[in-house]
Parts: sequence; C-alpha cells; structure tokens
Amino acid sequence: MTRILLVAEHDGTTINPSTAKCVTCASELPDAEIHVAVLAEDGASLASEVAGLTSVDKVIQVDNPANSYPVAAILAPQIVAIADGYSHVFGPSTTFGKDLMPRVAALLGVNQISDIMSVLGSHCFRRPIYAGNAIVTVEAPAGQPVVATVRTASYASAADGGSASIEAVSVDADLPGHTRFIELRSGKSDRPDLQTAAKVVSGGRALGSAENFDLIYKLADALGAGVGASRAAVDAGYVPNEMQVGQTGKIIAPKLYIAIGISGAIQHLTGIKDAGTIVAINKDGEAPIFEIADIGLVGDLFKIVPELEAAISS
Amino acid sequence: MEKILVGLKRVVDYNVRVRVRSDGSGVETDGVKMSINPFDEIALEEALRIKERGDAAEVIVVSIGNSDARQQLRTGLAMGADRAILVETDEETDPLSSARVLLEIVNREHPGLVLLGKQAIDNDNNQTGQMLAALWGRPQATFASELVLDGNLAKVTREIDVGLESIEVDLPAVVTTDLRLNEPRYVKLPDIMKAKKKPLEQIPLAELNIEASARISEIAFALPEQRQKGIMVDDVAGLVAALQDKGLL
Repeated sequence: MTRILLVAEHDGTTINPSTAKCVTCASELPDAEIHVAVLAEDGASLASEVAGLTSVDKVIQVDNPANSYPVAAILAPQIVAIADGYSHVFGPSTTFGKDLMPRVAALLGVNQISDIMSVLGSHCFRRPIYAGNAIVTVEAPAGQPVVATVRTASYASAADGGSASIEAVSVDADLPGHTRFIELRSGKSDRPDLQTAAKVVSGGRALGSAENFDLIYKLADALGAGVGASRAAVDAGYVPNEMQVGQTGKIIAPKLYIAIGISGAIQHLTGIKDAGTIVAINKDGEAPIFEIADIGLVGDLFKIVPELEAAISS
Repeated sequence: MEKILVGLKRVVDYNVRVRVRSDGSGVETDGVKMSINPFDEIALEEALRIKERGDAAEVIVVSIGNSDARQQLRTGLAMGADRAILVETDEETDPLSSARVLLEIVNREHPGLVLLGKQAIDNDNNQTGQMLAALWGRPQATFASELVLDGNLAKVTREIDVGLESIEVDLPAVVTTDLRLNEPRYVKLPDIMKAKKKPLEQIPLAELNIEASARISEIAFALPEQRQKGIMVDDVAGLVAALQDKGLL
C-alpha cells in the first residue's frame, strides 16, 4: 500500500488549484491512499473543500494560530510530526511547496524529488533538469519516505465529487519564533489566474513601457485571458514579478498562449512547453519563439495587437 | 557581523545548450564551458555589497566538488571574496549531503549569514538552502529580491507566486537569492591577479565525517518532447481564421 500525505496549499480562504493537481499526480501511484493535510488557523471550510476532491481518502485538519500565514520553518515540524506511517509526502512545485518541502525532507533525513512530471512506479518518476532541456528518470531509495514536489503544469485537476472524511488533529511540535511574516504585496486583479487560465496573453520587452502593456491587458480582456510576461519585461519594471513565465517564474499549460514581443529565450520556452497552442507575434522573423509556435505572425505589435483585439471584440 | 558564507556551485554555463548523450547515460559536460551558477553569483554580489557597506568583515566562498571547482572559487575571490574553501570530492553530492557539508562549514566558521542561490541551473533542484536551514535549526528566507540587515535581524522580500512577501528573520539565517536581488559585477583583470594570492583551503570530503545519505538514483536521461514549428500567417485576418479553425475563438 502506498500511503501519501499531501500538503495542501491555501491562502486561508480557498484551496490553491495546485492541490487538486497534486491529488491527480498522487492518484497515479499504485494502490494509492491519499491523505491531505490542511494546516491553517481555522481550516474547517478549507478541509471540506479538499474533502470534495475525488481520490482523496482523508483530510487531516491541523488548526493552529501559528498557521495563519504559511511560514516553512513553522509548518515543516508539524508536517514531520504527522508524517509517521506515510510512504510518501508530496507538495506542489509552487513557491509555497518549493520553500517548504525541502525543509520537511531534511528533517526526515531524506533527499527530495523536485518537479515530478510523470509517475512510473511507487518510487520511480520523471523530472526535468537543465531548464527542461533534459528529462531524467529517477528512483527514490526503498525503505524511507519519498518526499517530492509535483510539477503542477503536468497534471489536470482532480475533479469535485469526492466525500473524504475529515479528522481534526492537534500536533505537538516545537514551533520556532525566529521567522515572522510581515506583509504580502499582491497585485489583485479580476483577470483569470495566470497558473490556471485556459488562455494566456504574455508581453515582452518589445512593449517598451508599463503604459504600453495596456495593449496586452486589453487583448487579454477581450479573450477572457490571464496575463503573463517575459523576464525581460519584469526586469524592465513594466509588470510585477508574479507575472513572470519561465524557468524561474511560473510554469503554465494553458490551451492558448499568445506571446507578444517575446523573442523566446530558452528559459521562457521552458515555462510554456505544455501549452496547447502557442501563437507568436514578433517583428523579428528570426526570433526563436517562431521555432516552437503553432501560429506565427511577423509584424509590428503596436499595429497588430489593437487590430486583433478589435477583430475578437466584434 | 563578522562573516558571511556564500556557496558557489560549478555548473554548465547559462548560455550553453546542453545535449543529452546518445546512450541516455547523462548530459554531455565534456569540453563544455563551466561557470559559477548564476544565482550563486548573485548571492556573492549581495555578500560583497553588505561587506562594502560595513555590515560584514569577511566574505567566505565555499564550493563542493573536484579540483576543477577551484576555478569558480578563484573567480569568486576575484569578484571580492576574502577567502575560499573547497570541499573536495570526485562524486557529485546530492542536496542533502551538500546541506550537511555546508552545516559542517557553518559550525567551523560561525557566519552571521549564509547566502546561497535559490537553485542550481543544472539539476534545478531548489533544495540545498532550505535543507541547510532545517538541519541548522535556523530561519530560511528563500527567493529573495531584497535583503535589508538591521542589527540581529534581516528583513527579506521574497518573490512568491502571488506577489512580494516580506518576512523578518533572526540572524544567523540562510537566504537564497532570486534573479532580481542585484546585478553581479564584472571581474577586472587586476583583481584576477590579486585573487591568486588569496587563501584557498582544500578539505577532503572524507575528513568532514558527513553522515551518508541515500541518493535518489538517476536511471536514464532523455530529450524532452520537442514542439514542431507550425504555420506562419500574413495578417490579423489569417491569425483569426487559424484560431477559429482550432476552436480557440
């Protein structure tokens, strides 16, 4: 029996979509029994949200005022305290999971498998290395827990319709006071979330300014799309960091990805290779983005984008 | 603080397009340009700026690897680090072992701050800093885009999926760097000459008595599935038609 403890990601109010994707990955392990841990200040409604996912067998609700905001140094000892008896401990390969899971692995005295993209067996997985330029098949040692993060862009979300039991657990662990959350600055937006949007429009350095990025927002709104950006556009200050797509930003898999004024550095392409259809609009016909685009259009974005927006809106 | 410890990993250069060996046994590294992991270079730059502001007395760079890694340590010394430590081993260490080695160096040097890259661009593991912090029982501030020291505290801005998070950690702590923390300086020729005189200590890994960890074995290497070049359209009308064909509009 494969017993998997999966750490849920949430913002205190709702469960992050990364959790349902991790459930799908975990369900591909042979004979998987999946328990999801919800560590929150008051996790009742979060726990019932998770309990409604198919394939989840049990939800473990760990309430503690210290869990009001996710701090790896505070969460890790609690996860270790409940990890006994599990063969696997999984989390998402989002910044939440990347921060937390290696701390859990080290406390358990094991190495971690980062970014699972496919499951070949209970201890055998595939993962990308070198910015996705190579895929390695790895095998975790037997006889110790397998700690891993799941590359969420590789998995669909588990469906609703489950009815797992919820167990409230109190955890006796020493929680450090050496790390304190101060604030979160987040560009709230009504647009679809970049990581889960079916359509994404991204802009690059060629936009030239933060003001010109309005062109991208308008096109995205006409399409009902989320908005992303290349590293160059973020570095130039046109848009905030949370919009960066690529190796060190977000790895996404929308049905439609439209790259505008993005030349297509390998690190950017890493973030979009699971997209359904990639459209590239760029004035340089030699730009590497055209080598992987399904539909390419060479030309001046300042002319093309408003035209495209008008055509879609009409 | 007295000391800052910075980890430098020798990796295939950022600009090299890596190739998987035809027999699937690994990634070709023979005759390939090697450099300091770019995130580690940012970590070193940050340490040097802290020292130049007068907030630290000494910057120590440490690497784990074979004697070739001396080259990257010399580059680190040329950038401005005061001394270097190479923990010598011919085998590539896994992240947990690397963290255990770094902890041993921490216990010898007692740095007030450890700065590491958030991930190495070869294995993309993103683990060592968090593991070191866990084993050390100290705070971690990963994916830092701003670091402000204030006495025994560090205020760190972290780049996370939903935006910018600020946390405060007690020192000593482990901070891992993201891309926008700073832009590393270029090394000048006279500094390369000067770096040759700076101390570089070599410690055989076996001397550190690191607890052995069970490795995750790498069984086979393959190329990713390649996307094919698609069609080119001439104008917006062509683009709209192509998107409608695919049912995307």
